[in-house]
Amino acid sequence: MMQRLLGLGLALCLATIAWVVLDNYADGVAVSPSASTSASVPHSAQQVAQGAYLARAGNCMSCHTVPGQVPFSGGRAIETPFGKVYASNLTPDDATGLGRWNAQHFWRALHHGRSYDGRLLAPAFPYNHTSLVTRADADALFAYFKSLAPVAQATPASELRWPFGTQAAFAVWRSLYFKPAHFTEQPQHSAEWNRGAYLVEGLGHCAACHGPRDDLGGSGALDDLRGGLIPVVNWYAPSLLSARETRLADVPVQDTVRLLQTGHAPHAWVNGPMREVVQHSTQHLSVADLTAMATYLQARARAHVPEDDAPPAPSRSPTRRAAQRGAALYDDHCAVCHGKQGQGVAQAYPALAGSLAVQMAHTTNLVQTVMYGGFSVTTPAQPKPFGMPPFVLVLSDRDIADVLTHIRTQWGNTAGALTEFDVVRVREMQTR
Amino acid sequence: MKFFLSAWLMVCVVLTAHGFENTMAERTRACTACHGEQGKAGPDGYYPRLAGKPAGYLYNQLQNFKQGRRHYDLMTRLIDPLSDAYLQDMAQYFSGLKLPYPAPALLAGSASAALLARGQVLAREGDVRTGLPACVACHGDKLTGVAPAVPGLLGLPLDYLNGQLGAWQSGQRRAHAPDCMAQVVQRLTPEDVMAVANYLARQPLPPDASPAPAAQGAVRAKLLSTSETWRCGSAPLAKGQP
Repeated sequence: MMQRLLGLGLALCLATIAWVVLDNYADGVAVSPSASTSASVPHSAQQVAQGAYLARAGNCMSCHTVPGQVPFSGGRAIETPFGKVYASNLTPDDATGLGRWNAQHFWRALHHGRSYDGRLLAPAFPYNHTSLVTRADADALFAYFKSLAPVAQATPASELRWPFGTQAAFAVWRSLYFKPAHFTEQPQHSAEWNRGAYLVEGLGHCAACHGPRDDLGGSGALDDLRGGLIPVVNWYAPSLLSARETRLADVPVQDTVRLLQTGHAPHAWVNGPMREVVQHSTQHLSVADLTAMATYLQARARAHVPEDDAPPAPSRSPTRRAAQRGAALYDDHCAVCHGKQGQGVAQAYPALAGSLAVQMAHTTNLVQTVMYGGFSVTTPAQPKPFGMPPFVLVLSDRDIADVLTHIRTQWGNTAGALTEFDVVRVREMQTR
Repeated sequence: MKFFLSAWLMVCVVLTAHGFENTMAERTRACTACHGEQGKAGPDGYYPRLAGKPAGYLYNQLQNFKQGRRHYDLMTRLIDPLSDAYLQDMAQYFSGLKLPYPAPALLAGSASAALLARGQVLAREGDVRTGLPACVACHGDKLTGVAPAVPGLLGLPLDYLNGQLGAWQSGQRRAHAPDCMAQVVQRLTPEDVMAVANYLARQPLPPDASPAPAAQGAVRAKLLSTSETWRCGSAPLAKGQP
């Protein structure tokens, strides 16, 4: 009996391994390294220009460039809960970049998440999203990267904790969370909606931040935009669907376009890591594409059923003492820019009264904002933005909790109080 | 009368509190929160003065923070989303604020006369033995900097001077390559760092504290007291200079 159980267990294990192996390596893309030539078919200027545009749409540069180094020369450390991964060199250097790659290799990387030599790529590269990119767009991107000046810069080996950095771990992860996919047009929707969906779910990889992740770093569906806490970076990317967190269902499409172009719109400001997205990606996209994305997002938000949202966290009322301290701190430090009534200044300082960002159940972003301040993004529409100083050295944890409690409970705002613990938690995660 | 005066003062206070102005002063509140009103330096020794420094120097520092040659997380986070053109505007703005300097702070714990004398020699003449150029060779005869990109060395707190020289020695602070200052500090012993920082922190500023005009090639060559050629990525020599 015992022996039979053992045998059954062993068979199950072998079957699982066989499934994982098949699942990951039987993708039917045969790429022979010898097929590659640096001097293969010359790419047309139009294809290169298209690729440059798509690289913007995918915000490839942000991860694949160390600040101050040559764009796309790789080496930037991407921090994950499992350790660091270094983004690769996308310039056409033979030894360290894409020099020996051909278009087929590149397609396999985007679509199947496998490298030049067939190795499985670390899923920090959002290949579940890039898998949707069409072959024509992948070829254009490849043409663009091939057109760059080669930079010899080896990508450091990843520093993922054992066993997370092993090929076996990647294989298991992929079997759980990744399936190569093609974008299929939905005929019941307009061409604009479909273009928006293609950009949002594909290269734009919006759900990589705006979707929830589980403990193994697995993200949900490519179009899951219910909001999520970005690991390590520790900012909450709000739900793009729920009316409690963003107003995409209600505001005109042009407002969303403007938000993506300039970083602010009548009822919204981008903050935190989204500023980098506006800076390096969305402000460079065509109005047609931004309109398509905004149209798609608006339709998604309008179709959203509020019952799908997590129930709102029970909100705490502030103690009298905290309310008094918060009011005094607000007058001392905040009112000069945000106004006595939290009304803000158009184009310069966001209004706090009535702000969804201020009243969100997730308070991580508020604590981050008070601690580190920040400027809005420079864009052609706002070449000289205004900024907020960091308060991390000025205000104590208790001060931050009290002043945030104040802005969440004044001028018609109806969110709950913060405690010192809410602030400590963010600060602790920040210095880990 | 008293009543009217206090009422008027109240009005003034309210006006300043609410007066949003579309100016660079308003735009740089995030800077002046630490670097002091009008960039006159922060209250502790660690946020240096910005006002009146050469614009090229200020711009280079912003780039250094952005591109990882200097390290201060709060600075880098702030300027990350800003364009080079805007950083240039900020540099010009602070550079154009010509404000009087305060007298050097009274330093606790006096430095020995020998130490200060050594500091003066290093600053004014350098050290031929180690091939160390004098501070004045590059930072101007009056040590108030040289336009457009060499900073002045006076009016800085002792903590800041020590911190920067130390950071340069350890490679924490760098400048655009070729990094001449990195080469210079390698020739300073720890005692020399103490001496020159203590000397500089105690010097009052001359009545005209503005940076010297560009191009002093001849003076520079004479004061270098070595035959070495120093090339500085952040302060390239004008055409025709040695």
